[in-house]
Amino acid sequence: MTDPRTVTGPGTDPHADADRLREAGPDPLLDIRDLRVSFPGKGWRARRVEVLKGVSLDIRPGETVGLVGESGSGKSTIGRAVLGLVPVAGGSIHFDGERVDVASRRRRRRLSRDIQVVFQDPYTSLNPSLLIGDTLAEPLLAHGVTAEDARTRVADLLDRVALPHDAVHRLPREFSGGQRQRVAIARALAISPRLIVCDEPVSALDLTTQRTVMDLLLEIQERTGVAYLFVSHDLSVVRALSHRVAVIHRGEIVEYGGAEQVTTDPEHPYTQRLLLSAPVADPGRQRRRRAEYERRFHADAN
Amino acid sequence: MSTSVTPSTPSTPSTPGTAVTSPTAPTGPKRRSGTARRFLTSPQALGASLVLAAVVVLVVFAPLFTAHDPNAADLKDAFGAPGGGHLLGFDSSGRDVWSRLLHGGRNTLGGALLAVAVALAVGVPTGLAAGYYGGWFDSVSNWWVNLVMALPAMVVLLATRAVLGTTVWVLMVVLGVLVAPGFYRLVRGTVAAMRGELYVDAARVFGLRDSRIIVRHVLVVVRAPVIIQGALVAGMAIGLQAGLEFLGIGSGDLPTWGAMLNEAFTNIQRAPVFMLWPGLALGLTSAALVLLAASLRDVLEDRGTAPATGRGARRLGADAPTTLDSAGERADLLSVRDLAVTYTLADGSSREVVHGVDLDVRRGEVLGLVGESGSGKTQTAFSVLGLLPEGGRVSRGSILLDGTEVVGSAEKEMRNLRGDTVAYVPQEPMSNLDPAFTIGDHLTEPLRVKLGLSRTQARARALDLLRQVEIPDPERTFRSHPHQISGGMAQRVLIAGAISCDPDLLVADEPTTALDVTVQAEVLGLLRRLQAERGMGVLLVTHNLGVVADLCDRVAVMRQGRIVEVGTTEQILRDPQEDYTRGLLDAVLDDTPAREPWQPREAAQ
Amino acid sequence: MTSFILRRLGSGLLLLVVISALAYLLLSLPGTDVGRHVLGPAAPQDAVDAHNAGLGLDRPVAVRYLDWLTSALQGDLGRSWFTSEDVSLALANRLPVTFSLMIGVTLVTAVVSFGLGVWAGVRRGAVDRAVQLVSVFGYALPGFLVTLIIVLVFAVRLGWFPAIGYTPFSRSPGGWLATVTLPVLSLSVAGIAGVAQQVRSSVIDVMGRDYVRTLRARGLPTSRVVFRHVLRNAATPGLTVLGMQFVGLLGGAVIVEQIFGLPGIGAMTVQYTTRGDIPVIMGVVMVSVIGVILINLLVDVLVGWLNPKARVA
Repeated sequence: MTDPRTVTGPGTDPHADADRLREAGPDPLLDIRDLRVSFPGKGWRARRVEVLKGVSLDIRPGETVGLVGESGSGKSTIGRAVLGLVPVAGGSIHFDGERVDVASRRRRRRLSRDIQVVFQDPYTSLNPSLLIGDTLAEPLLAHGVTAEDARTRVADLLDRVALPHDAVHRLPREFSGGQRQRVAIARALAISPRLIVCDEPVSALDLTTQRTVMDLLLEIQERTGVAYLFVSHDLSVVRALSHRVAVIHRGEIVEYGGAEQVTTDPEHPYTQRLLLSAPVADPGRQRRRRAEYERRFHADAN
Repeated sequence: MSTSVTPSTPSTPSTPGTAVTSPTAPTGPKRRSGTARRFLTSPQALGASLVLAAVVVLVVFAPLFTAHDPNAADLKDAFGAPGGGHLLGFDSSGRDVWSRLLHGGRNTLGGALLAVAVALAVGVPTGLAAGYYGGWFDSVSNWWVNLVMALPAMVVLLATRAVLGTTVWVLMVVLGVLVAPGFYRLVRGTVAAMRGELYVDAARVFGLRDSRIIVRHVLVVVRAPVIIQGALVAGMAIGLQAGLEFLGIGSGDLPTWGAMLNEAFTNIQRAPVFMLWPGLALGLTSAALVLLAASLRDVLEDRGTAPATGRGARRLGADAPTTLDSAGERADLLSVRDLAVTYTLADGSSREVVHGVDLDVRRGEVLGLVGESGSGKTQTAFSVLGLLPEGGRVSRGSILLDGTEVVGSAEKEMRNLRGDTVAYVPQEPMSNLDPAFTIGDHLTEPLRVKLGLSRTQARARALDLLRQVEIPDPERTFRSHPHQISGGMAQRVLIAGAISCDPDLLVADEPTTALDVTVQAEVLGLLRRLQAERGMGVLLVTHNLGVVADLCDRVAVMRQGRIVEVGTTEQILRDPQEDYTRGLLDAVLDDTPAREPWQPREAAQ
Repeated sequence: MTSFILRRLGSGLLLLVVISALAYLLLSLPGTDVGRHVLGPAAPQDAVDAHNAGLGLDRPVAVRYLDWLTSALQGDLGRSWFTSEDVSLALANRLPVTFSLMIGVTLVTAVVSFGLGVWAGVRRGAVDRAVQLVSVFGYALPGFLVTLIIVLVFAVRLGWFPAIGYTPFSRSPGGWLATVTLPVLSLSVAGIAGVAQQVRSSVIDVMGRDYVRTLRARGLPTSRVVFRHVLRNAATPGLTVLGMQFVGLLGGAVIVEQIFGLPGIGAMTVQYTTRGDIPVIMGVVMVSVIGVILINLLVDVLVGWLNPKARVA
């Protein structure tokens, strides 16, 4: 167990230190309990808008939990709360047994070693005026890696996401959406985190590119044992990537379970509606699904 | 956040431009030298810098260029002509004009420099702090800025002079404070806008300190606009200071350009040429500063020259249609043959993005145009409407719309076809409604202009249309502004607008891509129903093969500006002939199995 | 809307009070010996003291300010320390001159700059480049230099207009027009350049918006789209710049009134402020700030009317 990136299962390594042991136990890596987030309302003395109304989730080491919902459901807010980007109004977030939603800024900075992020929009999540090399070195330098070491690490990272080495001297605008998303993934991997919050990382990509980026995410997980909180509006993407799936609707989790069960035989009517809403690329099957959708949902909509 | 789920189509006008230019973008390491080179090759930038440099050198090393004391007056030389080592002659008190000009510039330029320095020192840090942290500091400083901006600078300067004495430096410090809000607002606005940028969030997640984020990410963005504003403020400070001196409220006996102009003005009848030299010095310096700012803006903010537009481009757009005889039978509703679309790039070169496309839509038929981003499918759709974004034109081919040739036809002819022969449903519902007008205005305007309906008739018809697109409360929606309705509602309104004049062909560009999946299902159902009821032909541009399966009779697959495969929906989705189409279908996740349940790591191995 | 206007007027009043307090305190800092100034160096000290006491200058600054504020709120701005002129009356006499300048300049600027901006933004090409070039120079040259050039050309060389002097409108409308034409022209140049630039770039921006394409796809004539939809959406930034120009205009008026010898507030400012005549300076500052507050309010109301999203509930 010399590679710190690799997370071990329970009790595999007798020489592991105390930290490792605790994390490897039955406790989840990330444990969200009854999370509440609210934003100030628009206008003078407006009431606060509750975005998350008590959400509970847990992620085990090396696991992917998919979070599906429509716009405004609060799915991205969960990720942002885990990252410490929005203030938490209630509940708790524990990472590796330690409460982090109340962490100080200093602690938060240290925490960034363990929790990383890949955002949806590869066009705005990279600073357009920084060279790719500088972007990738940024988290390394922030964590005290020397410039020399950072250079070799950056080259290594580019290899891992299958980008050419000369990319370090280029600007984000010289890359396609898929390539930029690879850069964003490489940046998240730079300091070997144990959890990556993926906020719609493939939504802005073409179908074929989407597929290759998903494969890349899977391959990285297999190799490093990183856990993903995978946020998406697309049930089929979540289904292919996640061990477990949570469906969120208006700030509440309406269904939470194994990927197979939630995405093929959901219990909650909202999940069923989500499932039937997305058209499939098979004319015959789509005709039947549509008929069922009309029968079940359209009638009562009018 | 499904609003930006739109991979495929460059629907906003800026996107095709960037998509077109990106391959020609300079590669990596040359970036900095590229900026410098662009700056140096711009005649405007070079000229302005040279003038400015000349003025600065002359003024700073004034004693080297003139041997005369600027204040040595000899009345017998008054109004004396140039000559005898006196380059520009004498003023009304017999002082050497050339020498006064050079020495005068010292005060003028030095004062301007001081004002800019003070304004930067006050405005930039406060703007950074207010923009980045927001909160109470932001509120307090905004209030102060509004206060300072309500003060008329000239009156304050005059009052300052009365109170604090005549020293020009004090006045310039006060001026600096008075113009600091300009920098403050600029910096604060830029920083506040980028605080929401994902890359700043990302930097926080990476554990960067705020100071580091500001230095690395924020200052870089703020730099260019601040430099530009600095040049503008310097020009303004020079003008204001000269103005004060012109009023006789300057720095006493010191020679200044403003004081020289004042002296010239009092002698305007006797020797109008006196105004020439100080006027020229002042005008050249300020003009050079403003021109420099303008070219800096072009270079630093990375805007090249605008794409060729205006008459030239329009004429180019009117190429005669070319039809190939071999093109076979053409459909009655829409028939496109050998269509090529070309964009004129910023540097004057052109690039073809659609290379000879053939398409047919029969009456009552739904044709899906499928492809990935950059495949040219949206460009093809815009060509049919005659609404290519700026810089784009149909460079070859023929488009028959209900028997009328569209390529090369006058805008007026094309306009007559739009609305009742061909109509358009866009991708992003919100950005396609004019925020200044109500939904009712949007619907009634074409009805009144195209169909000549009266106000009441149009209103009744519009309400009926809203009912047809299944909007629950038509009256209220009619009165609403776009920002008061949801995205799904907005898309229904746009569909209502498209069908309002009974078109034969509907061009729908990714009509459901920006919508949530449950809303998408509703809108797809609506489109299907309207199409069947009205027997419309539809050209449906999409990247989503599920949408194709749901709506289309036939499909054309597009790749890199060419059609690679055409067929019925069944054929294309069940038995594609081309590798590319097969690749697209393979990428569809419909039948991908769900992931296996999680197991502790070593158990999985 | 009414409540919005009332709220803005309220905050404007607060701003006015704060500015007046600051201005009064700062102006009183150096403590000019007014009595000595008026009575001359030879006057006996007790006469000087008596004069100062007569002006109330022996009392603390705060008391003097409150005194000033109380009467100012009743419309009495006091008397000049040096000429004993009634400040409110003097301002009232001079206001129409400056006011007619401002109105003229604002109208000319708005019409010309919106016209040029829309023309350049819609036509692009050579028209655009010409308008941009002209406006860069209009913006670059210091205002008073432009004024001097205009005087030199139209008054001194061509003799079309008087170089100096003012005829009230009530005496002769034609004469009034002749005397204000050059001042208005001089003051408009910079504003036209700035606003036209802004209108041009917003027109170009709006012309590229999705909804413009959609409106054209409905079969509406381009001219209708431009004048009904593009202009309305592009007007907001132009109006904002126009409002900000107004503050600069007050400064420009100082110089222009001086050059053309117009008996306006600007000229008055120069005469009195240099001596430190606090009641007069305060009067001028108050009038200017009220002007700025009202103009900003007007711009906000116009913007809200044009752009429903910006409307304050």
